[in-house]
Amino acid sequence: MATVLAEPNSTQRPGDGATPEAVVVRFAGDSGDGMQLTGGQFTLSTALAGNDLATFPDFPAEIRAPQGTLFGVSAFQINFGSTTIDTAGDAPDVLVAMNPAALKTNVQALKPGGLIIADSGEFTKRNLEKAKYEVNPLEDGSLAKWDLMAFDISALTLESVKPFGLGNKEALRCKNMWTLGLALWMFDRDRAPLVEWLKDKFRKNPVLADANIAALNAGHAYGETAELAGPLKKLHLDPVPTPAGLYRTVTGAEAVSLGLVAGAQLADLPMFFGGYPITPASAILHNLAKLKEFGVTTFQAEDEIAAICAAIGASYAGQLGVTSSSGPGIALKGEAMGLAIMTELPLVIVNSQRGGPSTGLPTKTEQSDLYQAVYGRNGDAPLPVIAARSPADAFECAIEACRIAVQYMTPVILLTDGYIANAAEPWQVPSPDGFTPFPATFLKENNNPAGGKVLPYKRDERGVRPWIKPGTAGLMHRIGGIEKAPDTGDLDYSPATHQLQTDARKAKVDGVAASIPAQEVTLGEAGGKLAVVGWGSTYGPIIQAVRRARAKGLDVSHVHVRHIWPMPANLGDLLKGYDKVLVPEMNTGQFKTVLRDQFLVDARPLTKTSGQPFTIAEIEAAIETALA
Amino acid sequence: MNDMTPISKVQTTLKDWETDQEVRWCPGCGDYAILKAVQRTLPELGADPSNTVFVSGIGCSSRFPYYIESYGFHTIHGRAPAVATGIKLANPDLDVWLVTGDGDGMSIGGNHTMHLLRRNLNCQIMLFNNEIYGLTKGQYSPTSREGTSSPSTPMGSVDHPALPCAFALGSGARFIARGFDVSKELPSVLKAAHAHKGAAFIEIFQNCIVYNKDRFDDFAAPKGAEQSQLWLKDGEPMLFGSEKSGGIKGIALDLETLMLKVVDVVDGDWQGAGVIVHNVRNKAIAHMLVEMPFGPFPMALGVLYDDPRPTYEDAVLGQDRQAREGKAADLGKLLAKGQTWTVSGTAGDPA
Repeated sequence: MATVLAEPNSTQRPGDGATPEAVVVRFAGDSGDGMQLTGGQFTLSTALAGNDLATFPDFPAEIRAPQGTLFGVSAFQINFGSTTIDTAGDAPDVLVAMNPAALKTNVQALKPGGLIIADSGEFTKRNLEKAKYEVNPLEDGSLAKWDLMAFDISALTLESVKPFGLGNKEALRCKNMWTLGLALWMFDRDRAPLVEWLKDKFRKNPVLADANIAALNAGHAYGETAELAGPLKKLHLDPVPTPAGLYRTVTGAEAVSLGLVAGAQLADLPMFFGGYPITPASAILHNLAKLKEFGVTTFQAEDEIAAICAAIGASYAGQLGVTSSSGPGIALKGEAMGLAIMTELPLVIVNSQRGGPSTGLPTKTEQSDLYQAVYGRNGDAPLPVIAARSPADAFECAIEACRIAVQYMTPVILLTDGYIANAAEPWQVPSPDGFTPFPATFLKENNNPAGGKVLPYKRDERGVRPWIKPGTAGLMHRIGGIEKAPDTGDLDYSPATHQLQTDARKAKVDGVAASIPAQEVTLGEAGGKLAVVGWGSTYGPIIQAVRRARAKGLDVSHVHVRHIWPMPANLGDLLKGYDKVLVPEMNTGQFKTVLRDQFLVDARPLTKTSGQPFTIAEIEAAIETALA
Repeated sequence: MNDMTPISKVQTTLKDWETDQEVRWCPGCGDYAILKAVQRTLPELGADPSNTVFVSGIGCSSRFPYYIESYGFHTIHGRAPAVATGIKLANPDLDVWLVTGDGDGMSIGGNHTMHLLRRNLNCQIMLFNNEIYGLTKGQYSPTSREGTSSPSTPMGSVDHPALPCAFALGSGARFIARGFDVSKELPSVLKAAHAHKGAAFIEIFQNCIVYNKDRFDDFAAPKGAEQSQLWLKDGEPMLFGSEKSGGIKGIALDLETLMLKVVDVVDGDWQGAGVIVHNVRNKAIAHMLVEMPFGPFPMALGVLYDDPRPTYEDAVLGQDRQAREGKAADLGKLLAKGQTWTVSGTAGDPA
């Protein structure tokens, strides 16, 4: 996300004659059509062209859904332009539909007057039936409110790769590159990086590389030379004004992984990562498994519980234990989180939230694990919770989670979600020197002033106990999940002790607030008629909606909260400075409830649980209603 | 026979391994005898209290770490193997002992026990088997015999008991041994387990005097022990009994049924009777021994199987080392990896 703030997207679309500031393109096809790959490469070329961007990959939960079906449609949306982009865009300007099912499931999202590019070769009787079309929509005039460009991409692709002697099935797989070639032409993009990428990807099979490059070139040439009447026009979007520096694209999963590595380095600790595969969190395990040279050990455990328990074991032995999962897996880890709270060991728990409850919507996004993060354990079990607002922000948040865990000897939950995990955005590469180190310290000598036994539960002025590595001479002691006496840590479940230790654990976590920055107003003023308070991935649509509303002269400000628990010390007073507080979130109103509980403010919810992020328009409408 | 676990040898006495904590097991519990056996064995191993970690789950047995003057971690129900895995991967030089029970290790934590064994984490696992849930007041456990009457099974339990040693062997364990709480042989079993580099699984029959009193007397009681206990020794014939107690007997293989059988040994001619010579590296023998039913056969005790292979932490940390070799951990370079582009302050760019 670029840091220069500009006005919202133009509503112009390609073909209007004038060049728009931003364009939303959605690629949709069968899950086997390679739409995520097409989208990913288009994203890279967009970034290389200097446009700001945000993406939204949206794919089915099934690995190989039956071909041509409505539920097997995979889509990738990208919003890019020469202005600041914070969301993947509300409604696409361009829809590329590779088959009837893709058209059917996506066309209603398209802006009126938007452009449909469809592969007419796939609109066969069989495919139309699978998509539950009685007549061919390309021919019956039902798409009249949009511009339609239908041509036989399948046949054109087959023609372009003919010289390479591929089988029909393999040849048709090049369709996505043909389509990408056409898209590159449309937006005046350089093909060279894509050609290099294809050569590298298929370096073991040069024929496939050549065929894909030929398809890419053919799609590009089709745009260049065919006498295309109507809407298909070459568009060039200028680079977005951006602070100077080195940039790359980053997904949330990548940013979390890099942030954890950076956090462990800043803590001067080796990292132990225990994980168990789960969508959409697995990418973090995959990323970290490739970063062993950074002092990372990864462990694919037998289940979610073993993953967190092994991380706790590693923290106990003096490393930075980290585990990651998604809602259902986090639920399984609950008891072990209590153990980490009770034994007061550092631990980072990443939750890439998805739609729930139970298996819910494995590949769709939601923010409905906030209660689980803040309250979801047995006993009085407080732990710090922080939430990343975007893929790039996840980097800093991961570092912050490591810092709190190490400095306060506590498990910390870092919340992201399916949207943040998978979405990509440009990221100004930070310098590792820009972060203040927080090296961990271990007790080396007996801390008992009276001599005698070491005191593993002797708290410092912040209520933090010492970290003692097993293997340290003479500091033998026992810890466990059972209630324990102050200082000695001896097993003790007398009434007075439990009261005292419960209070001490709470005070320690509450005290984390002293180490976090005061809450700032993200956009607007500290006080006024309306605050839109968000957390996590609703950042993009909220800031755009607030910006638009302010442009219309409405008295509305945006407050985006990173530290969910404990909250910044000034947050309550800040919120009381507004007449109204609106909390948009992708759940049934969880953060709203926490804010009400903590500050007695009349926070009102704006909720959405469709598995899709908020659109800017939805939040804009809610702002207008609130101020009406 | 195995490489010793690389720990520094330290001079200690039994006293050095006792904590100031009041031991809270029921008077007469078999756990006391196991605790003493362990405290007696550790000095003989040259174990260093600063370098020793006892990890446990939940249950009566899992209170064990509080009573051993070393590092100790009393974790949560069934999960001690997972915690131990993290400890060992973080610091493979620690000497890790796992204490678990039939409920903790075979029921709620059965999954973790299995995976620790198949991975072959270098540690000692002592599974105290009392065939009952003690701490929760007497419900039947996964090792309880069929028909066990308990608060949760007033008409007797109907499920078949699990055999911990068979489970361990099936999970890929490379060291399997058996003992019982009051046996004077227990320290030698513990020493063999400690000498094994890799996961060493020890089933220790333990008398729960409150909820399952004297359950193992059939073989553990001194009376009749010679006829009911088969103490296995590598390279020695599988003999039990005595002339005084009703004759010397041996375990032989019935070549027609390919099953074990008990044979009488006359005039010491065990070869003539076909008695098997125990070979701790023979997995086929191990399979028969872990399944050998008590009653028709004596209880197989001692080291049933011991055939080391490379440990999990050596493999994992070996890969880590390999990945790190010749590579500098340059975070700045890592962050700037992939397809990057540079924005410079040129025309049209206000920055």
